[in-house]
Amino acid sequence: MKDLIRKLVETHSPSGTEENIRAVIRAEVESVADELRVDPLGSLVVHKRGSGDGQRIVLDAHMDEIGVMVTHVDEKGFARFTSIGGVNPLTCVGARVAFADRTVGVIGIEEKRENNSKIPKLEQLYIDVGATSGDDCPVHVGDPAVFTRPFVAQGTRLIAKAMDDRIGCAVLIETLVRLTDTPHDVFLVFSVQEETTLSGARTSTYGIEPDMAIAVDVTRTGDRPECHPMAVELGKGPAVKVKDSRMISHPAVRDLLVRRAKEADIPYQLEVLERGTTDAAAMQLVRSGVPSGCLSIPCRYIHSPSEMVDERDVENSVRLLLEVLQSA
Amino acid sequence: MILRELSEATGVSGNEREVRAVVLDAIQKHADEVRVDTMGNVLALKHGADDSDSPTAGHRHIRVMLSAHMDEVGLMVVGYDNDGFLKVRAVGGIDPRLLPGTLLQVGPDHIPGVIGTKPIHLLKEKEGQKVPQIENLVVDIGAKGKDEAQRLAPLGTYAHFVTQFRELGPTVSGKAFDDRAGCAVLVELLRGARFHFDLHAAFTVQEEVGLRGARVAAYAIEPDCAFALEGTIADDIPKDKDISPTTELGKGPAITVMDRSFVADRRLVRLLTDTAEELDIPYQIKQPGIGGTDAGAIHLAREGVPSVTVAVPCRYIHSPVALLSVDDFNNTVRLMRESLSRLTPHTLTRRQ
Amino acid sequence: MEVIPLLKQLSQIDGISGYEEPIRQLLRQTWKPFVDEMHEDGLGSLIALKYGTQPTGPPESTETSRPRLMLAAHMDEIGLMVTGIEKGFLRIGRVGGTDRRALLGLEVVVHGQRDLPGIVATRPPHVLPKEERKKVVPWDKLFVDVGLPPEEVGRLITVGNLISIRREMVELKNRCVAGKALDNRACVSAITLALERLAGMHHASDVFAVATAQEETGLKGAITSAYGVEPDLAVALDVTFGKHPGIAEVEAFPLGDGPTIGIGPNFHPQLVTRLKEVADAHEIPYQMDPIPGRSGTDAWAIQVAREGVPTALLSIPLRYMHQPVETLAAQDVERAGRLLAAFIAGLEAGFLEKLAWDREEGGSERTHDT
Repeated sequence: MKDLIRKLVETHSPSGTEENIRAVIRAEVESVADELRVDPLGSLVVHKRGSGDGQRIVLDAHMDEIGVMVTHVDEKGFARFTSIGGVNPLTCVGARVAFADRTVGVIGIEEKRENNSKIPKLEQLYIDVGATSGDDCPVHVGDPAVFTRPFVAQGTRLIAKAMDDRIGCAVLIETLVRLTDTPHDVFLVFSVQEETTLSGARTSTYGIEPDMAIAVDVTRTGDRPECHPMAVELGKGPAVKVKDSRMISHPAVRDLLVRRAKEADIPYQLEVLERGTTDAAAMQLVRSGVPSGCLSIPCRYIHSPSEMVDERDVENSVRLLLEVLQSA
Repeated sequence: MILRELSEATGVSGNEREVRAVVLDAIQKHADEVRVDTMGNVLALKHGADDSDSPTAGHRHIRVMLSAHMDEVGLMVVGYDNDGFLKVRAVGGIDPRLLPGTLLQVGPDHIPGVIGTKPIHLLKEKEGQKVPQIENLVVDIGAKGKDEAQRLAPLGTYAHFVTQFRELGPTVSGKAFDDRAGCAVLVELLRGARFHFDLHAAFTVQEEVGLRGARVAAYAIEPDCAFALEGTIADDIPKDKDISPTTELGKGPAITVMDRSFVADRRLVRLLTDTAEELDIPYQIKQPGIGGTDAGAIHLAREGVPSVTVAVPCRYIHSPVALLSVDDFNNTVRLMRESLSRLTPHTLTRRQ
Repeated sequence: MEVIPLLKQLSQIDGISGYEEPIRQLLRQTWKPFVDEMHEDGLGSLIALKYGTQPTGPPESTETSRPRLMLAAHMDEIGLMVTGIEKGFLRIGRVGGTDRRALLGLEVVVHGQRDLPGIVATRPPHVLPKEERKKVVPWDKLFVDVGLPPEEVGRLITVGNLISIRREMVELKNRCVAGKALDNRACVSAITLALERLAGMHHASDVFAVATAQEETGLKGAITSAYGVEPDLAVALDVTFGKHPGIAEVEAFPLGDGPTIGIGPNFHPQLVTRLKEVADAHEIPYQMDPIPGRSGTDAWAIQVAREGVPTALLSIPLRYMHQPVETLAAQDVERAGRLLAAFIAGLEAGFLEKLAWDREEGGSERTHDT
């Protein structure tokens, strides 16, 4: 799976400009899908028909990543920016960003800030693409960019930008590729704009009207020095989400994931996330409600350019989803 | 200028009756069907032209939604003190710094009122530096006591700002350009020739308290794409740092690529910018990440609606007196008309 | 039904947001004699339907459809959840807006493999540095202690288990009662009383009584149930702030002066007027509650379902919201129930037409040929 993951994370597609990643994912699933369509906001919906006795199930992973967008180019050619999704200013200082035309920018910080010991605000940062004036600057107001870091595999750990949620996309693709028979009508939704408004998952689910929806996304861990306490750890198995800051998993969906994990001897953890949410929060409210849950891949340093997951957790996520899809 | 009538009409979120009447009157001869829905939105349909010679004839009919919100920010009476002053809270987002010294009208009878604060002569040292919060301000209608105040302005009565519309030459000033400017643009578009598609115009309510009217209007209309028309922030006043003015007066209609409520559909943005460049219409990209508009609600309707927002730049949009450029207004109407003429189902196809 | 025993029963049963099964079961039983049909939606809201009486029969059976009227009160309550286990102590997080200032020393029930009594624990003030003693305890310094050795805790409890507050409702003077979860079991009680009254009355509308799920975590049950029910009009019920020292007069209402009627953008003016008229006609005391924007109740979600729903809000004044000593006046609950029943029974068949905007100016439908 490493090559697939590398290909996905190294594609540049921030929320709102998902064409690139959609093309990459499409190429991976085209040959094994029964039907494939792109819905009005740009989410990719892949349909795998079942033998007919099961449920209508959505599996969802978002294909967009966080990034930055130019808000102003000043007289000297420096670009001010705003965030696309949740960008932490601490991860910006000294970072490199890449624009669609491959222009690279370095993020600098105002030295004359009022209070140097406080975390800088995004308004105190700027992007330097090496221009000499506003006129010869190759980037313009409204241009989006993503953080750039190469993918690294070290032991069982995988490190890259956009593991959130390309790792979820990888899990869905691998699940589809390995899936042989299923009684269920399965819709894999690669959604847009999760990092901004959860709009892709919400609208795709409206179109599909499923009986159940499971999002596959990353979650935090509590295993880093002096971090906020949290029960999830890297390498201890995929996490079955009980609750996050905006959503409570439907008990039946949560119990289903736990049951299948136990039956197949797949390690799993239970997750309560204090801050943060996923597409599942939007999917559960569609029409007259969709029982929803989430399978989370433990991830350190979320929303930084170096997100770290464990490949065993990734493999076990695929196994668990196959167990869910292959049983009635 | 329809903008004058729209600007001077009152219509605080939830109480859009007066401005709705102006809108209904202005469009009735130019729309094929008009109705008012359960929330008070005005929904008007202008059928597409049946012109088989045009290059766009024969295309599948696309449903195009244009929206502009009729409501403005204001105040609501929530209590009284024993001396007959009215206690108020904001309806929509109001900058409290603007309240001391304003003229208001209260209720359906437009009772005049003022907001003043403790005179400067009586202030202690640091007091003059603090901004009075709305919880500590009162509206004075000259009532003699609590009973009279309660009789004249029962709980829940709306109060609105009062500003006369003025023509200053290249610019005009008045209240509520957010979003009477957008409403005026939409009225002008309805007054013109038919487009080749069915145009669904929504003059929405309650945008300022949470994009409320647009949400139900979009659900009802089920458009294939949507354009929200707005009056937006122009912060081109002198500043210490070389930073974004959000938009600038005189630089043409402002196109939103991304704000706090949604990410615009890039194909619609391209339609607008290509049209502008081809026809030499000035335009600008609004500073991304600022504010929210009806498009934030519309794009979430049902299975999703590709959307974009186009706005007339307005200075002091947050105050009772705003200012916009007549050229910008006319260029906004022009850009919209020309872009819509070039809009076909092909605009909404994707390469992959 | 007597209101105080009803309040006590509904207050003491469990039903934390997302896990409303106990209260939902109880309501199925309680409402059964008064309604014709019941079902649950995808989020767990309980939707009960009492057919209109003129003409009788299920909605599909009648030639002209009766107006669909939705009543909504959320059945969920706030609570706690196990977020981690350390040396036999349970780390906790909240479900909904649980107020951590009112947790210390509270007795709780941990719903593990079986129900276990517990205490909300934190370190004693004697050992804390002075500045820390003055601060409210942060969540990561709060634990629940079930008094068992770590191995047993590990066997019986996992991350994700629910923790509910153990509190019996008490009666104060002047028919005031205090307990947990009166937000919003008080309003569920009011709807129950209204349904009981309606059993002996004629009404033109089909009444959908909805006990919504997950209001405390985002008005979720209201969103989904309003979509499913597709009402022509709706009345939501929730609690509002009761008067207490330290709260500004404009932001709270005295207990015992009747339920409040919401007025503002969230509410249809004709419904507000009608509720006032009915209350006056039946001599039911009420107070006006001006709400300039978001009401923070199910009404906010219902109003924008599908193509929009004319909505009203009745609220019961309640002190100490989200603390385990929520206090209200039982007579306000009775009055809300009476007002609802009278309002519903009084809705004439043509009432929906009166909801068109600006009727004085000539009606809602205007079509022109150009």
